Amino acid sequence: MTRIKTILFVCGTGVATSTAVNVAATEAMKQRGLTFHARQAKATEVPSLADDVDFIVATTPISGSVTKPVIKGLAFLTGIGKDKILDEIEAELRK
Amino acid sequence: MNSLMAVLAPEAVVFQSAAKTSQEIVLILARKLERLGYVRPSFVDAVAERERTFPTGLKMQGGGNVALPHADPCHVLKAGVALATLKESVAFANMEDPGERVGVDVVFLLAINDKDQQIEALQTIIATIQDAAAMRALKCARTLAEIKSVFG
Repeated sequence: MTRIKTILFVCGTGVATSTAVNVAATEAMKQRGLTFHARQAKATEVPSLADDVDFIVATTPISGSVTKPVIKGLAFLTGIGKDKILDEIEAELRK
Repeated sequence: MNSLMAVLAPEAVVFQSAAKTSQEIVLILARKLERLGYVRPSFVDAVAERERTFPTGLKMQGGGNVALPHADPCHVLKAGVALATLKESVAFANMEDPGERVGVDVVFLLAINDKDQQIEALQTIIATIQDAAAMRALKCARTLAEIKSVFG
């Protein structure tokens, strides 16, 4: 059995758009039979938290010093290209 | 049923604002939320500052672009959403790419202080902005009653 991965959901404040993206991603992955641990943070906290998570889903640009994979979560807000983003998240979770 | 009406602070809705800049419309809405007791006096500056570093302009498909300015929960006293529609779009920086500007017609200023309790409110806003027909109706509305008839 594979280890449950942790996704860090990030936005400017760590409460608004990251929450919406977290909930939408959780729901969508459940439908695909996948679970994960979710954490939320504001963009400025990412460098100190990145080591403890598997990858990041962010609605804001992330500091270039972060080495973990970053998936752009804006599609959850706009609806544009959402399926592609979901596929990317699924692929990271199945790695 | 879209529950936008349940989320909005009815006295903090501005129709067809003649504001010329993103700063101006954010200030108008933030002052309303402050006067209505939703946010602390520090909220106004916090939103403006946040918008400079983490802008919230969103490029949408179809029904025009939106912005979702907000600030840290510490500036918020009770949850509520202010709304403005603009006579002419104003430029917000793009959430995804702060170097890019998007012309925004509808602004939702979010006063959020508890992410767990306000997930539904956030989802309502997201569902609304993704609904091109709803956004067109919102852009044309002149009164709260007109919004109610669409989103009631």
